Amino acid sequence: MAKKVIATTSLAGCFGCHMSILDIDERILDLIELVEFNKSPIDDIKTFTKRVDIGIIEGGCCNSENVEVLKYFRDNCDILISLGECAIMGGLPALRNGIPIEECLQEAYLDGPTVKLNTKKILPNDAELPQLLDNVYPCHEVVKIDYFLPGCPPRADLIWDALVALITGSEMDLPYEVVKFD
Amino acid sequence: MNKTIKLKIDGKVIPAEEGQTIVQAAHSNGIYIPTLCNFEGAKPKGCCRMCTIKINNRYMTACTTPAADGMEVENNTAEINDIRKSIIELLFVSGNHFCPSCEKSGNCELQALAYRYEMMVPRFPYTFPQKGVDAKSPKIVKDQNRCISCKRCIKTIEDEQGRKYFAFKDRGYKLEVVIDEEMAKTMTDEIAQLAMDNCPVGSILKKEIGYNEPIGTRKYDKKPIGSEFEV
Amino acid sequence: MKEKINQIISKYNSDRSRLMDILLDIHDEKGYVDKNDVNQLAKSLGISAAEVKETVSFYHFFSDKPRAKYNIYLNNSITACMRDRSSVKEAFEKACGTTFGHVTEDGMFGLYNTSCIGMNDQGPAAIINDIVFTNLTPYRVSKLIEGLKAGNELRSLIYESNGDGNNADPDMHAMVNNNIRKGSILLNKDYKKFDVIESELAKRSPEDVIQMIEDSDLRGRGGAGFPTGMKWRFGRRVEGDHRVIICNADEGEPGTFKDRVMLTEFPDLVFEGMVIAAFATGADIGLVYLRYEYKYMLKYLNRILSEMREKKFLGQNISGIKDFNFDIRIQLGAGAYVCGEESALIESLEGKRGEPRDKPPFPVEKGYLNYPTIVNNVETLASAVRIIKNGAAWYSQFGTKDSTGTKLLSISGDCKFPGIYEVDWGTSIREVIEMCGAEKVQAIQVGGPSGMLIGPRDFDNLSSSDLMKWYKPSGMMVAEKFFDRKLSYSDLPTGGSMIIFNMERDLLRDVVMNFMEFFIEESCGSCSTCRNLPYIMKMKLEKILNGHGVRKDIDDLLSWGKTIKASRCGLGQTAANPILSSIVNFRHIYEQHVQAMADYDNTFDIVKSVEAANKFVGRKTEFHSN
Repeated sequence: MAKKVIATTSLAGCFGCHMSILDIDERILDLIELVEFNKSPIDDIKTFTKRVDIGIIEGGCCNSENVEVLKYFRDNCDILISLGECAIMGGLPALRNGIPIEECLQEAYLDGPTVKLNTKKILPNDAELPQLLDNVYPCHEVVKIDYFLPGCPPRADLIWDALVALITGSEMDLPYEVVKFD
Repeated sequence: MNKTIKLKIDGKVIPAEEGQTIVQAAHSNGIYIPTLCNFEGAKPKGCCRMCTIKINNRYMTACTTPAADGMEVENNTAEINDIRKSIIELLFVSGNHFCPSCEKSGNCELQALAYRYEMMVPRFPYTFPQKGVDAKSPKIVKDQNRCISCKRCIKTIEDEQGRKYFAFKDRGYKLEVVIDEEMAKTMTDEIAQLAMDNCPVGSILKKEIGYNEPIGTRKYDKKPIGSEFEV
Repeated sequence: MKEKINQIISKYNSDRSRLMDILLDIHDEKGYVDKNDVNQLAKSLGISAAEVKETVSFYHFFSDKPRAKYNIYLNNSITACMRDRSSVKEAFEKACGTTFGHVTEDGMFGLYNTSCIGMNDQGPAAIINDIVFTNLTPYRVSKLIEGLKAGNELRSLIYESNGDGNNADPDMHAMVNNNIRKGSILLNKDYKKFDVIESELAKRSPEDVIQMIEDSDLRGRGGAGFPTGMKWRFGRRVEGDHRVIICNADEGEPGTFKDRVMLTEFPDLVFEGMVIAAFATGADIGLVYLRYEYKYMLKYLNRILSEMREKKFLGQNISGIKDFNFDIRIQLGAGAYVCGEESALIESLEGKRGEPRDKPPFPVEKGYLNYPTIVNNVETLASAVRIIKNGAAWYSQFGTKDSTGTKLLSISGDCKFPGIYEVDWGTSIREVIEMCGAEKVQAIQVGGPSGMLIGPRDFDNLSSSDLMKWYKPSGMMVAEKFFDRKLSYSDLPTGGSMIIFNMERDLLRDVVMNFMEFFIEESCGSCSTCRNLPYIMKMKLEKILNGHGVRKDIDDLLSWGKTIKASRCGLGQTAANPILSSIVNFRHIYEQHVQAMADYDNTFDIVKSVEAANKFVGRKTEFHSN
């Protein structure tokens, strides 16, 4: 059986979900038997080099780059998984969703106690920078997402069970302890 | 001792005391009916609709409906469970429930119900409503982002004269539970603690304390909500 | 002002259950209640300020902020919108110099939207300082505001003369029209006022009266269709220190205005019906819950009650019948559709927010102040008088076997003759369409709840669960294929509201959206389902209307609609009906809006979503296509 191809990325996330992937401990050796990684921070492949079976998304969309990467994943992956709270519902970055973006920028770059040194009142407007979205969007409100694995981070056992089930086509039986939102 | 009656829940005959609600009858017989706004000792008011059951092809709330002799109740069915799950999901998308940063996480009944009903992602779109946090009171914080308007604080937190610390404000989707500003000023530590304990979610928090239970030891870390009732 | 408010509080004996009246009096006095008033009330009534605010903030016509000298509440019901409400709205904004939801800087004018005010046959209409202005046009608006600015008295600016019939009564002075298009046995003045109280009751026992009502098969005309006789019998059986008769005159179902006409032309019949109900059930307390929108009738109605007292038709030993003591008080609402639901109405009568109660217990077991309470609709009570006078057999000859008598229809929308029609039960929709001169009809909103077939009348074993069977409301939008169905409790039940839409109307964008906004605005918010789902379903409908819908979205709406049926009251259970019934009956319109081939779409628009931040940081929005 040909190895399944996996790709991963972190959008507006903290890489905690990626850490949790690594947290499957010695089972990572089994994983390598089952899959090969394509575009992912794990192997540092920057662009897709082939069609991918499973794309794993950490983080939601807070800027135009996140959206672009997410769409790039959707175009190149057969299955997309939202991994963790940020991908599923925006997570901590989405705490700003109740506040108008102007106010957020005002506080972050002009008024906040930690930006006293910004005496020239410089705002992040370089054309090279990603453009900030008005809200942080859950991934499934931007592209179609096939599966959701909650957690902050999702437990390693959840990730392992879900991947094995997807790769081998077996049923997933989730013990109570593995699905948590924190 | 009240008269004993018999009713059926999902085909199983159980005894109940006359005057008991269906929730009370079920829970004392090892059958779990999920509740959220219901609170032991306070008058039930079917606000959350979590305990929705079906009797005679009608939806009723098990927390408010008295058990009656010969009654046949549908509880743990695919249809009812889907309604309950959708209600949980509705509450998640209608507020701003950031579990990872919430003091009540692990002890939160809404979250525990989501675990029990295996919510992976709500079927409804998130609305991210603009809601405030009221931290003016000396003893407590009232975070409207997390409030599910279950009325438990309204029903249970009163002073000696029966005046309520909490009340509803407005109506419809603008509905909020607010604290009485004057009464909050003189709120005791005991009342503040009680208000926090009676809140099923993290909307009422006693100040200067939080996250004092490590992950793994909290109420719903290991065992689903309701398992204490189940045989 | 403090002294004045103390007087008001004392007038109601510092009774917490009279909070509605206290607040209404304060609003009459100064137009709003401020923080100090709230604190003063809290102190005098022994409750917290938050509890006082709970009631204040619930009702549309209460305000915690200063309002204007002239407060203009412009009705936004669908028929008003169909008669160019938007131009009227613009005219108000232009003439007053502010937008809706605001008060002008000089405090002269406040502009507010308001739900159906029972003037669907003469809209757009507005309530200005409790006076109703009907048939508004931009021209009339500009003249009206001009007149007010020139210092003229508001009432003098009514541009039509008083309306027909009793609308011209000196205590009413309303430019409202009855528009009675068809009368039958109820809309008919061929009777002697209070004749039943005067000459029939003494001849009969309460049991006889109940039996006659039962024999007539009269059923609740508010819409639920509960057998009136059964309700009275039940009420009579329940023990209580007092028993209460409530007349529900809070018709708020969009498109219903029949009770307005009944109360204008036949108030004696309605009050007489209450006296009969009191005689039959042994009640001593009578309450009329009159919606705030009909405040213009209050003085007139109170005069009728005074006249009744003078003639001993109310009070002690009514009409010489020993120990038959009963009186009626009119309680004004303050703007909340949900208070038409009988248990919410009772909460409101007790001075609280109009939040429906859990059933059981039903009002007839535990109602107003926990006394056994019989709540009947205006039309039901009036019908009862005719039945007692003319006999059950006489009444049963009208209508059909399962739905006896006649029904008042409030017809509005796209037809030549909007107004009130009294028809026999069993009349088909098609006949109604012809009757009111409607052409090229696309759809009809048959409002109101639906009942069920009459069950076995086993009164002795009647329990709460028997009562529960009747509690099953729904309103629906019907299409052509239903036009041959007949108005009756077994086929197409109705509370009487029928709004007609012709082929030109955009059913989804205009009609369904309007109804959804109504339900969102009028939800009491108590149930998680009704508080949140209509709002979310409306978002989904918007997605479909904006061209982002896929087939699954239609199925989602149908499936989400199931959850809302788990709400406590009829309003909640039916709050998604505009969407659900339009999908069932007009699915092809939805299909036209969704993308047939796509299985996923969303409303995310990256260009729009970066605009605000880019503007703030001073950057051009740029996307390179690759």
